[in-house]
Amino acid sequence: MINVEHLVKAFGPKLAVNDVSFSVERGEVLGFLGPNGAGKSTTMRMITGYYPPTSGRITVGGHDMVEAPIAAKRLIGYLPENAPGYADMTVNGFLNFCAELRGLQGDARRRAVHHAVDLCFLESVLYQSIDTLSKGYKHRTCLAQSLIHDPDVLILDEPTDGLDPNQKHEVRGLIKRLGESKVVIFSTHILEEVEAACSRVIIIDRGRIVANGTPAELKARSPEGRLEDVFRAITLPDTVKAEAHA
Amino acid sequence: MSTSTNIKTIMKRELSGYFTSPIAYVFLVIFLLLTGFFTFTIGNFFERGEASLVSFFTWHPWLYLFLVPAVGMRLWSEERRLGTMELLLTMPITSWQAIVGKFLASWLFLALALALTFPVVITVNYFGAPDNGLIVAGYFGSLMLAGSYLAVSCMTSALTRNQVISFILSVMICLFLILAGYTPVTELLSRFASPVVVDVVAAFSVMTHFEGFQRGVLDTRDVVFFVSVIGFMLFTTGVIIRNQRAG
Repeated sequence: MINVEHLVKAFGPKLAVNDVSFSVERGEVLGFLGPNGAGKSTTMRMITGYYPPTSGRITVGGHDMVEAPIAAKRLIGYLPENAPGYADMTVNGFLNFCAELRGLQGDARRRAVHHAVDLCFLESVLYQSIDTLSKGYKHRTCLAQSLIHDPDVLILDEPTDGLDPNQKHEVRGLIKRLGESKVVIFSTHILEEVEAACSRVIIIDRGRIVANGTPAELKARSPEGRLEDVFRAITLPDTVKAEAHA
Repeated sequence: MSTSTNIKTIMKRELSGYFTSPIAYVFLVIFLLLTGFFTFTIGNFFERGEASLVSFFTWHPWLYLFLVPAVGMRLWSEERRLGTMELLLTMPITSWQAIVGKFLASWLFLALALALTFPVVITVNYFGAPDNGLIVAGYFGSLMLAGSYLAVSCMTSALTRNQVISFILSVMICLFLILAGYTPVTELLSRFASPVVVDVVAAFSVMTHFEGFQRGVLDTRDVVFFVSVIGFMLFTTGVIIRNQRAG
């Protein structure tokens, strides 16, 4: 469903993403793990068509993101980092706007908005403006936007950031359910989340993929069978080295 | 989905954005107060004793210099500040549709403000028998002028997430567009430059082209000038938005 080949993104002389390749098929939930600034968000921004890659190729459902961006973007639902939303709009207005941009009209639009509101428990804030929402609600509003057109591919950048433990639990459950019929890629730096929701994990450090496997496979790499030890073993020496150089 | 539907959706959101915040009402009130003040007090509308709106339109390039950037400064800088730009540009629309939709919404808003000055038209028709064709041409020219300034603001707002910087840059560029053809400046320039140079510089000015409309002349060249300023500035906006993401 998603194919990423030799993806590179340079900002000036700095390589934010350096030769990343992977593919994800329907029914998979892929977790992106990595320290802050490892290139998780940059990779996601390229897959969703926000950043053009410096080199490399991305196809979504067979559509090349650079050559046929509209067809590729249609298949994707995206929750950007920090869950942005138009401050002056109501939740209802915002979701209707997003549904319209997704090509939904009339009854189909109303049904889609209603469904997304149900999925994300937004009924109580439907007519509240986005800038008056608490962080959790704001986050769920943006999540609802990504689900509104029932996309085949979901790209979620830190979907549980800023949520309380109950909400985190709900969102993980939702990701797992959606992952049965779709492709879900989500980033996080919460390790237990990966174990709870992912069928596969990719660990990114300083722009490169340093591990790719099921949570069980990765855990087997550590004598105690803990994901945290594996994560530290892979990413920590590099970080320390980087600091020593700087 | 079709281009026009996408543009319409973007326009609708942008336009309702003006009216759900106090911006629209504050702007409309200030715009109408200032046009009234300039027309009647500074422009000596009554003392002139002529049935025309010259004292009304003369001030528009100067009035718009500050008011239009105030409308346009948030167009893209706000999207960048809120992070919604990422959301908007990952939707299945082209960036052109977003740029044109946002621009048209703001232009429509300015057209509304301009339309609300209709009492001056009634006034001048009540007191005399003006050439209403001239007034229509004047309004058309004024709308083109507002569109050009707005396209400049659209471009500067894409440059920065800071609305103040966007405002100041846009005022500076619009001021240049005025001064290049402002009579005191062209006179000064003609003292040490050849008439050809003066004409070329003046041709870049909105003043030169705006005056044509005020004389009631609908010259294609003037229309082409304003349309190309708008086109060029919106194109530049597109390039800026693309380059920011290209890194």
